[in-house]
Amino acid sequence: MGFVLYIGRRLLAAVPVLFGTTLIVFFMIHLVPGDPAVTLLGTHATPQAVAALHAQMGLDQPVWRQYLDFLGRLLHGDLGHSFFYQSSVTSLILGRISATLWLILAGAIFAVLVSVPLAVWAASRRGGLADHVIRTVPLLGLGMPAFWLGIMLILLFALKLGLFPVSGYGTTFAQHVQGIILPGLTVALALTPILVRSLRTSMINVLGSDYITTARAKGIGAGRTIAGHALRNAAVSSVTVLGVNIAYLVGSTLVVERVFSLPGVGTQMIDAIFNRDFPVVQGVTMFFAVMVVAVNLLTDVAHAGLDPRVRLS
Amino acid sequence: MKALTLPGRSVPAAGTTPRPRRRSRRFNGPLLAGLILFGLLVLAAICAPLITKADPTAQDLTQALLPPGSRGHLLGTDRFGRDTLARLLYGARIDLRVGVLAVVSPFLIGTVLGLVSGWFGGWFDTLVMRIVDMVVAFPFFVLVIALVFALGPGTGSIYLAITLVGWVAYARIVRGEVLVAKNQEYALAARASGLPTWRILLRHLLPNVVLQAIVFSMSDIVLSILAIVTLGYLGLGVPPPTPDWGSMIQDGQQFMLTHWYLAALPGFAVVITGLALALIGDGLVERMNLR
Repeated sequence: MGFVLYIGRRLLAAVPVLFGTTLIVFFMIHLVPGDPAVTLLGTHATPQAVAALHAQMGLDQPVWRQYLDFLGRLLHGDLGHSFFYQSSVTSLILGRISATLWLILAGAIFAVLVSVPLAVWAASRRGGLADHVIRTVPLLGLGMPAFWLGIMLILLFALKLGLFPVSGYGTTFAQHVQGIILPGLTVALALTPILVRSLRTSMINVLGSDYITTARAKGIGAGRTIAGHALRNAAVSSVTVLGVNIAYLVGSTLVVERVFSLPGVGTQMIDAIFNRDFPVVQGVTMFFAVMVVAVNLLTDVAHAGLDPRVRLS
Repeated sequence: MKALTLPGRSVPAAGTTPRPRRRSRRFNGPLLAGLILFGLLVLAAICAPLITKADPTAQDLTQALLPPGSRGHLLGTDRFGRDTLARLLYGARIDLRVGVLAVVSPFLIGTVLGLVSGWFGGWFDTLVMRIVDMVVAFPFFVLVIALVFALGPGTGSIYLAITLVGWVAYARIVRGEVLVAKNQEYALAARASGLPTWRILLRHLLPNVVLQAIVFSMSDIVLSILAIVTLGYLGLGVPPPTPDWGSMIQDGQQFMLTHWYLAALPGFAVVITGLALALIGDGLVERMNLR
């Protein structure tokens, strides 16, 4: 019961945040210097075209009225109409959503698979060679652009070794899986330096706690102590650490999709920027905020599932 | 009121404002290594015309795609015959300058807002923290890219976009520190002695809460350089032909099979910059004994 109540509370807390993100997305159009309609259509646009676009975008209305309209349409799942394609923004995003969701999922899974073992290894050999290497190498990764890492992975695994396709997503499920491995790895490795450092610290805390000492004193081997006692508690902190950094992971999919030509929402945003397709850019920005809020909720729920104390507080 | 305003030094010893703890060693390994590395990068950027005679934007199609080690072109040339070394060095000028400067205004705005909202609390604090929640709901790169698009091309837009998104981290960090510091003895003593609020905030609180913000600004510079390079890669950054590491990587990507170093070299430059700043950040943490 406490669990359901906790989820309910978290859902309620997400509402004002989502509400706030709509404000930012809405006011984006008002950051455009000068008259947005003229900027979008170009200086050679006829006054009629400008007036028509004003009416279409509701720019002839007072600002509060524009916002309420925007919000009202948003609540009905309507993000407006693309300037470039004969289609609604919502259906454009829905058409591209699967590649992005796959990439986020693959990235999160790879991130955990890579960073948790490294962090456990470093923490259990604290001060040793492995610890030093695992602490130093991520310093190189902190400033590594995700897109550059992707290009280097393509160079090594696709062009030299021929293990994966250079780019694209294919049409069948098997091709999807093959096409998502390198991009997923790129997203994960871009996050790994941050993850490993915080995980190592929390793992050291776990290994220093009394129940680990007790387990050791009972004569349980080091492997079983870590697997049976430390890992569940370390999992709690890894979920939290992942949750804190999830916005970074979600954001890096934008440019990684571009590197691997994945037909995702991020590629769509960049195409829309070059087409000066304002409603699509706004819609995708909103989509990314919703993704971050949703994944944050999921990590909170997972956290509560792993650690009963969270639900009760 | 003025009679009550005691100078900070005559406050009772138990409540004196602690100066940030200084270690006997001024520098430690990581800090020194980071400063030297970053210093060399800045020096290379400043002395670019002394290091190479080549013009980073001069095209010469007869000299296109030369390998590293060619005569007159130490690191080879790109598809327009432009010297890679010159483009790397002049690119550092753009990327390092914009990266460092882009952090200044978020640092100032965030620190002031965090200081004020943490100290006074109330409706102002609630307002600031609600705005922070809104901004952090967006992935950093997505919001920066969207804002640069809305504001139009150019370096000015990049500064403004990074400022609009970047201040929230400083506000959060400083506010958290103020919440802890304001109940410590020295802050209570400063209050009890009737010092004006601005003086308490600037002279007593700020020196003690700003350290964390300075440490964070090191990784924030890395983040803003990454943002500029990413914008350059996507073709949304500093307009061509001005050299920038991001657009160099984008150019080089097409020739990966035959000239892999064209895309690799500018990336290494970014990685080394990130390493230098990460070392400085780590060294500062160690030196100030924050951990």
